[in-house]
Amino acid sequence: MDELKGKVWKFGDDISTDLIIPGKYKFKTIDLDELSKHAMEGADPQFASKVSKGDIIVAGENFGCGSSREQAPLVIKHAGVSAVVAKSFARIFYRNSFNVGLPLVECPELYDNVDTGDVVEIKLSEGKITAKGKTFYFKPIPGFLMTILQDGGLVEHFKKRGSFIWEEPTRSQ
Amino acid sequence: MAMTLAEKIISRKIGRQPSPGEIVVLPIDAAMAQDGTAPLMIRSFEGMGANKVWDGSRAIFVIDHISPSSNEGTSALHKMMRDFARKFGITLYDVGEGICHQLLPEKGHIYPGGVVVGADSHTCTHGAFAAFSTGIGSTDMAAVFASGKLWFKVPETLRINISGEMPKNVMSKDAILYAIGEVGADGATYMSVEFTGDAVKAMSVDSRMAMTNMAVEMGGKTGLIASDNVTRQFLEGRIKVPFLEMSADPGAHYSDTLEVEAGKLEPMLSCPHQVDNVKAVSEVEGLQVDQVFIGSCTNGRLEDLEVAARVLRGKEVKARTIVMPASRETYLAALKKGIIEDLVRSGCAVGVPGCGPCVGGHHGVPSPGDVVVSTTNRNFKGRMGCSDSSIYLASPLTAAYCALNGKITVPE
Repeated sequence: MDELKGKVWKFGDDISTDLIIPGKYKFKTIDLDELSKHAMEGADPQFASKVSKGDIIVAGENFGCGSSREQAPLVIKHAGVSAVVAKSFARIFYRNSFNVGLPLVECPELYDNVDTGDVVEIKLSEGKITAKGKTFYFKPIPGFLMTILQDGGLVEHFKKRGSFIWEEPTRSQ
Repeated sequence: MAMTLAEKIISRKIGRQPSPGEIVVLPIDAAMAQDGTAPLMIRSFEGMGANKVWDGSRAIFVIDHISPSSNEGTSALHKMMRDFARKFGITLYDVGEGICHQLLPEKGHIYPGGVVVGADSHTCTHGAFAAFSTGIGSTDMAAVFASGKLWFKVPETLRINISGEMPKNVMSKDAILYAIGEVGADGATYMSVEFTGDAVKAMSVDSRMAMTNMAVEMGGKTGLIASDNVTRQFLEGRIKVPFLEMSADPGAHYSDTLEVEAGKLEPMLSCPHQVDNVKAVSEVEGLQVDQVFIGSCTNGRLEDLEVAARVLRGKEVKARTIVMPASRETYLAALKKGIIEDLVRSGCAVGVPGCGPCVGGHHGVPSPGDVVVSTTNRNFKGRMGCSDSSIYLASPLTAAYCALNGKITVPE
């Protein structure tokens, strides 16, 4: 989980949850094999058939804005994407992604330096991305979110520990 | 030190002054999931191996997004919610009751000083009652259902101060659209948005809720308004806890303040396909309109239906017009006042209380190429179920004039 390497799919600003997984699908089923066929459909209708395991989404500002639907990070993860790097994320999407075990990285500098098809390498614990021979740094993910991520998401986290990390008196932040 | 309204509510819960950016764990007063988010919440809750809901009276399910169900898949998910509610003894509002963000205050779940989470991004609406209320996802909600607590980052506060008197053809929706245009779709990300000023004080509960509802459209975590006599009148007889008057301390620190002169506002539209693409209605006047929707957690309340009925009474709509009252209570009050009859006679299709066409699942999915004027809160591409239609967000007054003329019209 700490080191991720993948091919870039680049998107613009304000990629809403309606573009990531249109509402018309998400009310009918929670089967992720079915829903993931429509991952990113509103932004790129062919995305689900083109994406390969380990690929990385790179996007602009406010990625995941809009609804609270957890189906959004779920379909991205289930489609094979290993991480999303954006200039910024919407708040609920940010929480949801870590809860389902999808790492997010806020690194505005990367955006103008990569294109679709480039390969990037992320070291989460070091807060470092390398792409096309250049290195970009980002503020490390808060400790308790990293713990949830390493446990495989919040469900696995609770199953493993029987409590939530934020309930523990000496939690790391 | 002087505190903003968000800081004040949090401080009551943790027994000390919080500082912005700090992570705090708060006990939850009310937790809600709807039919778009509850099924995943149930799956996470069961996946965690949780076997007890912390407090069935504070845990609420609402079936409002595709309600009544339009297909077999949705029906199965609704059944999953009903089964869970029965098994764990939680509160369920079923088909026909209305939209979650109208029902929670009506049914007494919301009160000043409360901390509320909803697995729905427009949960920020309840800040209109001085409750710290925010949207979360399904797995966070499973954690709340299991433990009754959740972590939050203490937000900084953006203040939107609206002063003076609004022109007659301007509603609170126009004020919030204007503000979103100024702040931008992500200008308040992670922030509490606090609405102050004499124009806000003068607003009804319905008008206030239309503004706090859209705080998330500028990225806000919650939209807050101090509780006062207007709040008290609405909540008395509904809530089981003592009513609190809560407001920010004088001299509280705001990260930024947007000053809005109410008298200078005009009817606004949020144009395709971003909520912050805001223009004056006059700039788009004359564009032909195919469908109008009046309803939703933003503008489906009694005041909104009344405004529309006043415009349409004794006349006939020229665009396909769908109206959905926000709740059973709204519907009954509108029936009693003759509003529903006026709307039906004018040619509107009046439907079941619920989210209706706002989320694109049913009850009025537009056709390719359609121009839609809607009183809802989002106009993202594909939002109403058709990627090739254009959605303009407007006040109920503007929407009614557009329905009447079949084209975008500045209301009188």
